[in-house]
Amino acid sequence: MESSKPAFIYTAAAFLGALALWELTARFSGWSAQIFPGPGAVLASLIELTGNGTLIRHSIASLYRVTAGFYLAMFLGIPLGMCLGRCKPLRLMINPVIHFLRPISPLAWIPLSMLWFGIGDLPAIFLIFLSSFFPLLVATTIAVRSINPVYFQVANNFNFSRLESFTKIMVPATIPAIVTALRLSITIAWLVVVAAEMIAVQSGLGYLILDSRNALRMDYVMVGMVVIGVIGLLLDYIMRQLMNIESAAWGTLGHK
Amino acid sequence: MGHILIENLNKEFIERRQHKRDKEGRPESDRTVTVLEDLDLEFEAGEMVCILGPSGCGKSTLLRIIAGFEQPSSGRVLQDGRQLSKPSPDNIFVYQHNGLLPWMTVWQNIELGIRRLEDPVEQEETIQEYIDMVELEGFEHHYPHQLSGGMQRRAELARALVVNPEMLIMDEPFSGLDFLTHMKMREEVVNMHLYLGKTILLVTHNIDDALIMGDRVVILSGRPAQVKLNRKLDFPHPRDPKTAPKLQELREEIFFMLGVSYAV
Ligand SMILES: Nc1ncnc2c1ncn2[C@@H]1O[C@H](COP(=O)(O)OP(=O)(O)O)[C@@H](O)[C@H]1O
Ligand SMILES: [Mg+2]
Repeated sequence: MESSKPAFIYTAAAFLGALALWELTARFSGWSAQIFPGPGAVLASLIELTGNGTLIRHSIASLYRVTAGFYLAMFLGIPLGMCLGRCKPLRLMINPVIHFLRPISPLAWIPLSMLWFGIGDLPAIFLIFLSSFFPLLVATTIAVRSINPVYFQVANNFNFSRLESFTKIMVPATIPAIVTALRLSITIAWLVVVAAEMIAVQSGLGYLILDSRNALRMDYVMVGMVVIGVIGLLLDYIMRQLMNIESAAWGTLGHK
Repeated sequence: MGHILIENLNKEFIERRQHKRDKEGRPESDRTVTVLEDLDLEFEAGEMVCILGPSGCGKSTLLRIIAGFEQPSSGRVLQDGRQLSKPSPDNIFVYQHNGLLPWMTVWQNIELGIRRLEDPVEQEETIQEYIDMVELEGFEHHYPHQLSGGMQRRAELARALVVNPEMLIMDEPFSGLDFLTHMKMREEVVNMHLYLGKTILLVTHNIDDALIMGDRVVILSGRPAQVKLNRKLDFPHPRDPKTAPKLQELREEIFFMLGVSYAV
């Protein structure tokens, strides 16, 4: 439905509605404030945990793991995907392994990764890496394989060197698909880090939630959840900005 | 420069049919499809050759082999006595559509042809000259998807010409254009050919294109493609089949040859 009101009014209305529903449930459901704290209590705890630095410390710990694991996945997955996309023998050799490993949830790797890497950042980083590596690798391989062969003919016709074929054809042709894959996999990575922190480490937002549950502080649990949601939104926002890069935009603007 | 000799050219494709089942449920065996059979053709240097033929007969395949994108099953193509086997900037292919790199502007696409030029001033002036020639001033920094179909073809033509190739290979360069743009582009290509004198191989579905543009008309039969007609056209430009009886006669002959009993 077309309307003259600016879009943010609808967003704000829905947000306020959700808050009101939360408040009403907390008041009239009969649950105690210990089990189902209302928005006011959670806001108070949010201010408390921000003030004493707990929230910042745990957020940074989680973000550090996600960043490290995600970069590792990017720097290994995208180049390997490019190679697989262009080289059929390599694809025939490596693809079966990938398609076997891909459906195994990163969480299933927790026991092994703790055994290999001990307790601390490393096992969590490894899990993040696993969760982003396969989607990025597969998306890049498919993106390279679906490049219109005409563009490689043009490259041959104009005597492109191997380097030129890479920088002028393969990279720009695949950027739109790769940016989309980055957006999807950062979301998965963020999902996985929280789960990993509930098991393998002593810091991070996942650990905050687990530790607060053990202390029966549901208001802290909810603070953790809210912060996870907000950071998730921010990560997606950052990744979306990549789509606005001029060389990435041809994929969304073209094909009229 | 640009003399082309095609000798005994054959091209077969293996059509994979393993996924299909026959009546007893067994996978069918692969089938060989002969697209070009014992093709012999000769084009003079600087000729505009228009190739007609039923769709699916192998015209694009023939052009791709001449361009070196694809290898023949047997036979060879000689250009000025040298065997043509791989793509080179001497013979630029102009595509039916979407031959421009969509992530590059008009300027960057045209620059591809002379990107090795040492002198940046000369490079810039040359690119501008060709952009002016195809009347795309003001669209230098537009991306292909921001241009109309006709403008895209003109940009691609400029990209092909800036290389100063010996030969242009054009696969249905006018299809998909509206009538007026088609007429204008046809006129531009004829003028460009009269002015530059390059060898041009042009596949078209339009008999009038061939009669109005060609120094030579080649008609291929249905698959496997063989030469049905190879006629030199010695008529001055501009041509109009409606007022030249000889052309009109040939036009009716070609219609008949392509399986239409009367010319429209
Ligand atoms: N790579 C290929 N593999 C198998 N068959 C092909 C291939 N390319 C073309 N063909 C077949 O060759 C025939 C001629 O194709 P093409 O040269 O594109 O025809 P035209 O341009 O005259 O319409 C078609 O029947 C097509 O199915
Ligand atoms: Mg064709």
